[in-house]
Amino acid sequence: MSTIRVLAGTKKGAFILTADGRRQDWQISGPHFAGWEVYHLKGSAADPNRIYASQTSGWFGQIIQRSDDGGLTWNTPGSSPEELQGPGGFPKGESNKFAYEGAAGTHQWYDGTQHPWEFKRVWHVEPSLTDPDTAFAGVEDAAIFKTTDGGRTWRGLPGLRQAKGNLWAPGAGGMAVHTILLDPKNPQRMYVAISAAGAFRTEDGGQTWRPINRGLKSLYELPDPDAEVGHCVHRIALHPSRPDVLFMQKHWDVLRSDDAGGQWTEVSGNLPSDFGFPIDVHFHEPETIYVVPIKSDSEHYPPEGKLRVYRSKTGGHEWEALGNGLPQRDCYVNVLRDAMAVDSLEPCGIYFGTTGGQIYCSPDGGDHWQAIVRDLPGILSVEVQTLP
Amino acid sequence: MIRVLLPFHLRTLARVDGELRLEIAGPATVGALLDAVELQYPVLRGTLRDHVTLKRRPFIRYFACQEDLSLEPPGTPLPAAVVNGTEPFLIVGAIAGG
Repeated sequence: MSTIRVLAGTKKGAFILTADGRRQDWQISGPHFAGWEVYHLKGSAADPNRIYASQTSGWFGQIIQRSDDGGLTWNTPGSSPEELQGPGGFPKGESNKFAYEGAAGTHQWYDGTQHPWEFKRVWHVEPSLTDPDTAFAGVEDAAIFKTTDGGRTWRGLPGLRQAKGNLWAPGAGGMAVHTILLDPKNPQRMYVAISAAGAFRTEDGGQTWRPINRGLKSLYELPDPDAEVGHCVHRIALHPSRPDVLFMQKHWDVLRSDDAGGQWTEVSGNLPSDFGFPIDVHFHEPETIYVVPIKSDSEHYPPEGKLRVYRSKTGGHEWEALGNGLPQRDCYVNVLRDAMAVDSLEPCGIYFGTTGGQIYCSPDGGDHWQAIVRDLPGILSVEVQTLP
Repeated sequence: MIRVLLPFHLRTLARVDGELRLEIAGPATVGALLDAVELQYPVLRGTLRDHVTLKRRPFIRYFACQEDLSLEPPGTPLPAAVVNGTEPFLIVGAIAGG
């Protein structure tokens, strides 16, 4: 029977939750990196036991950790006992270095003035689909870095800033590349999303980028209805079988694009609120998508105090509330943008974590939910691995 | 032998118990001490000072012999009691965050 491994980044460490394919009885290990914020962990599709983690602290900065045994042990890349053996094996300590190349320039600040780019932390690590030693890091201030040596060293892809970076501005949570999507059919194509700059696409492996924000409306934040950048995109998602079809949860509005971001169309339909953070796609049904509506940008909790996932089986427009097993009164948690994931079992499992420290699982595509853990620190990210 | 005391999280990160013990080649300054810490424990690069500018991170402070050395330039000589190992050099995470 398959094993499910849930990787949870929290405000005070990382946790790994495992269960068999029934997804009923969960074992929890952690906290790993106790006391540190762990923004994101993700395993390599090419080697599921290779997991990258972003460990960060306002005091001590950024640390990249790597496990080669499914999360049992961790090392900063380049410093594992094996890598230190022999003459000249001293670690270089470069795995934590995220230095913008050349003159990084400036971006727009809250008061409209220009502000220099300053590295703060890694929000998201996206391992290559084919090479365990290659991964991309989305960072704050917004940039994308790449490693090809298993995280020992990271190099920026400065072409992203050429996509009108001087007009990007931080959202309330900072200005970060928080989403990285790799096209499984075209290794040269990637998508990223940045708050508050928008979505961007590369067709040459990250050397050059173009904004893909046509059709987004951000009337209160951006008076210019044709603004090419500056949109507060919270999350984008795709199904691996159709990488030209993108789904987006924006600050307000849920949208889709059927041409790789060339044009976006709102599909918020009958959602009780189209504000929210995560959006994800069913593993077996490319037109089945999930969001978690949040009351407003001023009140970051579910409408009516009822925690409900909304599912559309038609790629948007028509949504159904899913609350069976979720708290339906007095619930005032939030679900952050990187805190939803799906497994690849049949039926598909849906997972999300809350700022209240709960991780919920639905082993049947959203029809029924159960808390697989209730009292962790606030959940920053959830990833799921389906292991044979 | 110079003794250095790290904050809890950096001791965990560097996998050390208790104090670091270091030798410094050349003049014993604050900057030379930090260079020696990072040379012996490369995982600490970037946790005390910026990787590129070598500026102290905002919530890191340096103390020795009841003195705050955080704002002193890197060329500042270490107190004699630190150099001869009588007193430790303290690297402290600032009390911040509410």
